[in-house]
Amino acid sequence: MTDDILRMRGITKTFPGVKALQDVNLTVRRGEIHAICGENGAGKSTLMKVLSGVYPHGSYEGEIVFDGEPCRFSDIRDSEQRGIVIIHQELALSPYLSIAENIFLGNERTRRGLIDWNRTNAEAAELLERVGLRENPTTRAMDIGVGKQQLVEIAKALSKRVRLLILDEPTAALNDEDSAHLLDLLRGLRDEGITSVIISHKLNEIKAVADSTTILRDGRTIETLDMKGEEVGEDRIISGMVGRDLEHRFPPHEPKIGEEVLRIEDWTVHSPTQRGRVVVSGAGLTLRRGEIVGLAGLIGAGRTELAMSVFGRSYGTDISGRVYKDGREIKIRTVREAIGHGLAYATEDRKRYGLNLIEDIKRNVSSAALGKLARRGWIDDNEEYRVADGFRAEMNIKAPGVLSVTGKLSGGNQQKVVLSKWIFTDADVLILDEPTRGIDVGAKYEIYSIVNRLADQGKAILVISSELPELLGLCDRIYAMSAGRVTGEVARADATPERLMQLMTKEKE
Amino acid sequence: MTAEMSSGKVTTREEAPASGSLPPPAKAPGTRFSLNLRQSGIYIAFALIVVLFSILTDGELLSPQNISNIMVQNSYVLILAIGMILIIIAGHIDLSVGSVVALSGAIAAVLMVEMDTPWPLAILITLLAGGLIGAWQGYWIAYFGIPAFIVTLAGMLVFRALTMTVLGNQGIGPFPDEVRTLANGFLPTYLGNIGLGPLDGADLFTLLVGVATVAGIVGTQWRARQGRIGYRQQVDPLPLFVLKMVTASAVVMVVIVQLARFKNLPWVLVLLASLVLGYTLLTNRAVFGRHIYAIGGNLHAATLSGIKVKSVTFWIFVNMGVLSALAGVIFAGRLNQAGPTAGNGFELDAIAAAFIGGAAVQGGVGKVVGAITGGLIMAVINNGMSLIGAPSERVMLFKGLVLLIAVAFDIWTKRRTGSAG
Repeated sequence: MTDDILRMRGITKTFPGVKALQDVNLTVRRGEIHAICGENGAGKSTLMKVLSGVYPHGSYEGEIVFDGEPCRFSDIRDSEQRGIVIIHQELALSPYLSIAENIFLGNERTRRGLIDWNRTNAEAAELLERVGLRENPTTRAMDIGVGKQQLVEIAKALSKRVRLLILDEPTAALNDEDSAHLLDLLRGLRDEGITSVIISHKLNEIKAVADSTTILRDGRTIETLDMKGEEVGEDRIISGMVGRDLEHRFPPHEPKIGEEVLRIEDWTVHSPTQRGRVVVSGAGLTLRRGEIVGLAGLIGAGRTELAMSVFGRSYGTDISGRVYKDGREIKIRTVREAIGHGLAYATEDRKRYGLNLIEDIKRNVSSAALGKLARRGWIDDNEEYRVADGFRAEMNIKAPGVLSVTGKLSGGNQQKVVLSKWIFTDADVLILDEPTRGIDVGAKYEIYSIVNRLADQGKAILVISSELPELLGLCDRIYAMSAGRVTGEVARADATPERLMQLMTKEKE
Repeated sequence: MTAEMSSGKVTTREEAPASGSLPPPAKAPGTRFSLNLRQSGIYIAFALIVVLFSILTDGELLSPQNISNIMVQNSYVLILAIGMILIIIAGHIDLSVGSVVALSGAIAAVLMVEMDTPWPLAILITLLAGGLIGAWQGYWIAYFGIPAFIVTLAGMLVFRALTMTVLGNQGIGPFPDEVRTLANGFLPTYLGNIGLGPLDGADLFTLLVGVATVAGIVGTQWRARQGRIGYRQQVDPLPLFVLKMVTASAVVMVVIVQLARFKNLPWVLVLLASLVLGYTLLTNRAVFGRHIYAIGGNLHAATLSGIKVKSVTFWIFVNMGVLSALAGVIFAGRLNQAGPTAGNGFELDAIAAAFIGGAAVQGGVGKVVGAITGGLIMAVINNGMSLIGAPSERVMLFKGLVLLIAVAFDIWTKRRTGSAG
């Protein structure tokens, strides 16, 4: 027996075309709260999925030693039997079941094969008391708030005799009060001997609760900081997260910036699912011709929500604010009107929202502007072919031909199809949401070149990205958002990762 | 003679529809083969079934009168299949069409028989009623957001109930002669018969229509081919093109000659042919048709591309209502009576036709010609098995298995080629 409850050594996990984790090491001491932080896409969640057996043994390289014994989990049940429980960012409660039923889901308290309801509810009540949740165990999960649901998840973990509790962004959706309660609870559990690993973006929380912090960047371990001994500030963590090496990953570009094209003022959006929750709050930004503008922010900052709500109210309810195009106020009620006003939005999730994967390149390219190819409702399919083939050549889409099905293309080529589709709408404002997500380095360079070319043609471009180096390397000006607000604007010359990260993590004053 | 004829049919049927609607093949030889297998599998299956029953019935299946019967007896299901394929491409389903067929037959009967409305007006009103029924269902599905399965399941009950109310639980007939001719009859003999040697006499007008059809097919395909060459697209090599055209023409002419030997063209065949042509154009060439595929292929992407998803969904259900009404009039006219049980189970035949014809359960895939072929497969099974005197339970069993195998084959080829979805 050592003092370390968990040692992960040399973990490497590869997805087709992408190395998500590369030789990652993680050591967690018994009875501590260990924070893991890093930018979006740094590999935090992947690492936790390796640990909990979501990615089974054999699908990754490296070794896991838990409590002195090597582990080869084949699924999440395996790891739970050893006392490793992961609570995912998206809570996994069944909304129509009671709190007690949720706690013992898959682990039912039974007598002679039938559920023993007295025992179920009584034990649930005990667990709820342990996590400090005053609710009736028979209340339905959907009838309590997100903060309380989080506590139910922890109660569920406790019912499995948890020894290592992993929380993925536990406070992302919580208000300050619920967050504070949750952090207190973690401290309480630590005193009971339960080790916790917490993934968080919120640096003040990490500082408040963590005993040590491991920083990941680009799928590698950067360092592990002892939070008790030396004085570790938020700046210290930030510099570890963003790194300092901006290599030559970006094509050179000399911007030719013209007059203003699009201005958004006082833009407020409410969540369509949670009543009354403000997702974007009084946001404003300005785009000019030939300018590439970045929009930085952590997950949940409201960047995609801002973009989609402007793009024909594709997201959100109770939207208010003003949009000016070429100096004149416009009202955009539908996607069609947005396209008519020269707006384009290339989604962050190509496969789910961007492409018809069972159709060919040709039909995807033409899908947002079929009217241009049609006379009286009839499509000229030869012309359509010519247009699509032109884009294939211009964008260097690697496929046997424009009749190839987009579902079979690589991520980079799919993205080029999406870009072609929006360029074909003759948009002069292009909003590119995570344009290089899931794309390999070489293709990224190509996408950046395309973006530069579009800017040179006088289009205004807004790049939403979770990769700071990308924003710094590509954009002429960068806005940062945090918790639904635009917290600042930085010109290229003044932009540093540290400055942006400060703005991105800025809390409400 | 029959053996030769049916084996000729194998190759011809397999190629004929493909030549009209297949995009030029992709370059990679591997993908090309699997692509063709998936798309032409249905036609191969159709050819095999035709051969099988030709042999089992000693050629009776392809006799002049029987070919004519197959067309006339199944026209209404084929009309329904055209509407259904659009709905299935969009990712929905319509369970109510059988009841709508019954209700529109009843409306037509009340108008023509009891109220003495002139038959063209009565048909027009019936089609409008069908459109209204479709609009009713389309509203709940597109604008209110209730799954089509539920809305049309409710419709299946509601419209059957309305049928019984309208009819007062009894059959109404007989229909005017014109309507019966439309449903059951043939074009008049315009130009007399000519002798075809060993094949006896045949209707000259029918033969001329056949020749014109062949000329039309070959002409359009040739123009399309020239257009593609003009745009430097890949096209079939000339010998393959000629082979496809020859086989397509041969199939058309075989059917036409047999029909000409029996009587003239059935009216419903003329109607059906125009519908197939019109809806093939709609799905292949019209913006509206393209939007149906986009919605079924990826609803979110379609929405974010500015496609009016709700409006398109609404109108395909209106369209289904109108086509159901048309089928209803034809069915009632054929039986010369509108009855309360008319159209029972038609929805299942139409849905089966669409899926056998290559539509995907998730939506986004399907062709009008495929649905028609799917419907013809079932028609040939029905007809062939009744010719050999098979009991109805065996017919049902066989049809059920064909449906299962067709969809299993589709999923298998999809998995094998590793395409998404």
